[in-house]
Parts: sequence; structure tokens; C-alpha cells
Amino acid sequence: MIPAAFDYVRAESAEDAVAQLAEHGDEAKLLAGGMSLLPLMKLRLATPAVLVDVGRVSELSYVRDAGDHVAIGALTRHRDVETNDVLSRECGVLRAVASQVGDNQVRHRGTIGGSIAHGDPASDLPAALLALDATFVAQGPAGTREIAASEFFQGFLETALAPDELLCEIRVPKTGADGFAFEKFSRRAQDFATVGVVAVRTSAATHVGLINMGSTPLRATAVERALAQGATAADAAARAADGTEPSADLNASVEYREHLARVLVRRALGAI
Amino acid sequence: MKVGVTVNGTAQEHDVEPRTLLVHYLREDCGLTGTKVGCDTSSCGACTVLVDGESVKSCTMLAVQADGATATTIEGLANGEAMHPVQQAFHEHHGLQCGYCTAGMVMAAVSLLEETPDPSERDVRIGIEGNLCRCTGYHNIVESVLAAAEQMRTQPR
Repeated sequence: MIPAAFDYVRAESAEDAVAQLAEHGDEAKLLAGGMSLLPLMKLRLATPAVLVDVGRVSELSYVRDAGDHVAIGALTRHRDVETNDVLSRECGVLRAVASQVGDNQVRHRGTIGGSIAHGDPASDLPAALLALDATFVAQGPAGTREIAASEFFQGFLETALAPDELLCEIRVPKTGADGFAFEKFSRRAQDFATVGVVAVRTSAATHVGLINMGSTPLRATAVERALAQGATAADAAARAADGTEPSADLNASVEYREHLARVLVRRALGAI
Repeated sequence: MKVGVTVNGTAQEHDVEPRTLLVHYLREDCGLTGTKVGCDTSSCGACTVLVDGESVKSCTMLAVQADGATATTIEGLANGEAMHPVQQAFHEHHGLQCGYCTAGMVMAAVSLLEETPDPSERDVRIGIEGNLCRCTGYHNIVESVLAAAEQMRTQPR
């Protein structure tokens, strides 16, 4: 399978990428690691006229301790998140989740920003960052703006990013080395989660993110509310599918996904 | 557009369309057909090669993304007549049957052992989860990778 023909532009910097997007408009797509975009292009589900390759913009590949949070450059690869000492110490959940994205080959190419900008509800990192209350920094022609994770995922593969914006940084609160659980259920190695759950205990509350339980990554708000009101983990977990609208596919029916969500949330809450 | 890649130590430059996948660049422009196209959907790993020393699925990477990089394919592993320890171990432990997955499996193993020189059996099984074999059921493949790890630790090349 070969992608439809496109013009290729290599961005030299974040500013250059934004300028290229402004020049080419809606016809352009940003290419980072390509782990989500290239398969879509090979299937011709995506046929951008122009690809703006940001893969060499090394200034956007970093992990920095920024005081009250950790700042991660959007082009930081999953492999680099997986092996980063700052994250391992300050936000262990992200390291653990990144280590289960795809397989080694995918983690050598795929980037955290690419995964977030793609906005796939079946991907692990968007739900993890939603559970973490992360903040995303986008750069556009008018400068940068911050977008809360809770405002970012708007529909299936739809995000709050404007067509002329580049996601450049992800800011995650420091949650420590532990106090989290990641439960990913899939029937085959390397596959997307049939359903996944990310639970994080912060100083104030327990946050629960749901993978593949609707058209966007979700928070299990009914579970979080029940926990805040003093419910036991088992009682709270029984609410895991409340308010979700999972789809059915070859791997799972709606009912099975709802069942998985309840079981996996129960396991996750039991583990933190 | 012109895409230059140092493949197995040899500088290559070919004029290709931007949509050319790395696997086709290697097979058709460089003439290195050891790398196989399997599923063509980045699931099976048959097309695995090293780019700047790390395993990637060359069916899901554009040749232009490798412009200026160093690539290693199965043809580049042996040192003259001497097989790479991973190749030798697959040979000795019968880590293949039909052979279609083998080039990718060996390249994935080389990258894995670079990152994890002393892997447990579980490390190996997880480390090659991106490579599918439909013949052997992985038993001998895992044995091969563990044997290669031992060989490389005790007798570095």
C-alpha cells in the first residue's frame, strides 16, 4: 500500500512549521513519527496534499523538571519517555504507560505529541494525560496558548488544535514515582487496548482515565465522584461504565467493553 | 527528491517520490531484498531494519524521513563470512522455519540486545512482540535470542 502523492516540506524549527502550516492551510498535515498518520495515508483514509515533517525539530524533544510540573517536548519519542529518569521519579505513571504503547519499533519512532494530536480514544497516552490533568501548549501564528487536557479531546480524532497550530509541549503535574495503576486489556501482543484504565492518586483525589470507552478518551467521572464521597473501591468501580458510550467492533461488544471497564477499574483501584 | 542514506556502510543516493516507503527504497532502489514486506500495516515486523541503530518498521516510515541517516539491513550484519551472533544463534537453535519473518526478527533482536544486553525470557518475549512468526510458535526464536545475548556478553565481537 502506497500513500497518495503529496508534496513534502521539512520544517527546520517550530516557527518554520507554523509558517508552513499558514502557507499551505487545510491541505497540510504535520508529520512527526508517523506511527498513526502513515498507516492512515497508506489506507488512503488520509490524503494530505502537503506533509510538513517536524520529525527533525530536535528543540521539541526534551523532558525538563519545571518546578511544579514536568515539561515534555511534543517530539519526545515514547522510547525516551519510557526511559527518562525525571519522569520515572516525578510522574511514574507516564513512563509506565509509554512503555506499553505499540511495540519497540513503534516506540522508537512514535512521539508523545503525535499521539496526543492524533486524539485516538483507543490510544493509551491521551487517556493517561487526561487522568493527569495535563496541560498542552500549542503554537500558532498568533503565539502560544495553553489548553487543558479536559478541553482538548473534542471528538473522534478531533482535538482543540486549530489547523494552523503545532502542539509543542505537554505539562504534567508531579505525581511521584508510584501511586498509580495501568490496566490494559488486549487480546494480542502490541495491540491497542480493547479497554484500558489509568488510575492516578494525587494529593487531593483519585483520577481515573478510560481508554477506548467512547469517541474520545474519557475520565470515569462517576467513579471519581463516588470515591470522593467515600465509596469503597468496589462500589466505585461498579460505576466505571456510567456515562460512557463505547463502540462495538470485532474485538468486543458494547456490553463486554462496559464489563471490562468495571473489572479493570476495580483492579486499578485495588492496586494503588 | 534526492534521498541519501548510508545503508550497511555504503552511501546511497536515489531520486524518489516523497511517498516512497523506506522498505521500497531499500528493496527496489538499493536492491537489498533481504528486508521483507509482510503485512504492510506495521503489525508483523517482517520489514524491521535499524535506523541510526534502532529497530523501526520500514513499511511505516518514508524514505525521506531516513534522509541523512544510517540504516542497517539483514545484509549488513555479517562480518565477511562470519555471521552476526544473532544470525549464528538463529542458525544453531533453528530459530526459523519458512524464514519469512527471520530478517525482521533478527533485526528486532539485534536492537533489543543493544538496549537490553542481559534479557530474561520475558524481556525477550515482550521485546519481540512487534514481530510475528506464523510457523514456529516463538519457542526456538526466544532460545536463539537468549543464546545470542549470552554469546555477545561473554565474547563481544
